[in-house]
Amino acid sequence: MSAVAELIPPRPAPPAARRAITGARIAAISVLILWALLAIALVSLVITGFDQAKFLRYGPRYLNGLWVTISLVGISVVFGAALSLPIAFARMSTNRVLSGIAYIYVYVFRSTPLLAQLFLIYYGLGSFKPQLEAVGLWWFFREAWYCGVFSFVLNTAAYQAEILRGAIQSVPRGQHEGAAALGISKFVTFRKIILPQAMIVALRPYGNEVILMIKGSAVVAIVTVYDLMGEARYAYSKTFDFQTYLWAALFYLVIVEILRHVWAFLEARLTRHLKR
Amino acid sequence: MSGEISAFFSALDPLCGPVGIFSLFNSGSLVACGDAGWGDEIASGVWMTITLAIVTLPVGLTIGFLIALAAQSEDRLLRLAAGIYTTIFRGLPELLTLFLIYYGLQILIQAVFSWFGYDERIEINAFAAGVAALSVVFSSYAAEVLLSAFRAIPRGQYEAGDSLGLHRWRTMRLIVLPQLIRIALPGLTNLWLILLKDTSYASAIGLAEILRQTGIAARVSKEAFFFYGIACLLYLILATISSVGLGFIERSVKRSEVAR
Repeated sequence: MSAVAELIPPRPAPPAARRAITGARIAAISVLILWALLAIALVSLVITGFDQAKFLRYGPRYLNGLWVTISLVGISVVFGAALSLPIAFARMSTNRVLSGIAYIYVYVFRSTPLLAQLFLIYYGLGSFKPQLEAVGLWWFFREAWYCGVFSFVLNTAAYQAEILRGAIQSVPRGQHEGAAALGISKFVTFRKIILPQAMIVALRPYGNEVILMIKGSAVVAIVTVYDLMGEARYAYSKTFDFQTYLWAALFYLVIVEILRHVWAFLEARLTRHLKR
Repeated sequence: MSGEISAFFSALDPLCGPVGIFSLFNSGSLVACGDAGWGDEIASGVWMTITLAIVTLPVGLTIGFLIALAAQSEDRLLRLAAGIYTTIFRGLPELLTLFLIYYGLQILIQAVFSWFGYDERIEINAFAAGVAALSVVFSSYAAEVLLSAFRAIPRGQYEAGDSLGLHRWRTMRLIVLPQLIRIALPGLTNLWLILLKDTSYASAIGLAEILRQTGIAARVSKEAFFFYGIACLLYLILATISSVGLGFIERSVKRSEVAR
């Protein structure tokens, strides 16, 4: 005989718990609405203010400016990397004078604004015209573009030297000792054992530095170089149309986002062997 | 009374006061204070730079803190809203952000006002635009620093707050924030030094800070190298002073840390 006299009849499932509307949800929706309104305002500004003649007139100039920005940053980063190598080694050397000089260089260039450095080189060295002409360097410091490259190289070399130093010092001592025990020469040790391991550590900071340079390179617009920012300023001074800046912003955002994703891909690819 | 206070402060003025750097030069030199030299103009530029940075700091920190809270919330939409903000303002050059805000805010405010039937040309103060642009940039980087600091705090700390019966805000204020500040301080120190350098961009919209004032002096006196050198030196001094001061704060904060 069963202990249960009658079975409980089947019942419908309980109603789904109502999602509580939290403060976070309200805040999220209101902020998103604010963003959407701003985006609509900007897009409608571009659409209503669209002018075929202006587009044809300034569009090619923007592309030209884009190329100036990219080439400026590319050249500066490459030459800066070359210059950062001796600075990083000087900074790590046991010679107090040498490391002191490298430290002062890095400290000075990292704690003054890029804009002030650019002014110092372009306008400041420009006041030494006779002396520069005597040495035969005036052609270089006369051009705003060369001055921009020069100041960017000096600036990014200081930052890259710190990145390189940190990365090289992050490689454990045992790697040096192991190579020494195998009788490998210092140069080969550095090139084949230390540098590959250091570069993986330095990959992310290098990516950040390139992005910072792209953003920092906008300052050359102030010393009359027509990079992306310079073209935007030129177009604004001719048309007084706010969307000139919006187009430049779009270009910069796209470059930075592409770089960020390329770097994320590179990092994922190059550190495959480190993942567990 | 206020005259006495200002007299007291002007006596301590390190640039143009009675024992100031620029006052040590004789009145004939280029950086003398007063009508003869550019010392007092540059000194006012230094104060403007410091004021701009100090006014920006609390605004930027507050926005950055809110963004960091949003970025680590469980709500997907809130994370999206925060992500849009940081992606945009970390991707734009600071100089362009400054121009966008300086000209864009004028257009926006004018549009809103004309909606209410008020048609008058509106000019935004360069200082206000500078503070707005710099705090937007500062906050999007500060959000990143604070977010990683939030992630460094174990969940157990929140649970401990809950089990003590503390309200969420009290948990935040009494348990999380003190640890958060300690973890985020090195990153925020870095951001402050970057902010000091970024104030130089405000010279592009005509704010009379260090670079603007030395630029005027350089143009008038034709001694560009000298004056821009002074500008670099002043930024260097400001950075050194603040890194020494912040190092002091960092050490004193570390002292209260529990030994693990």
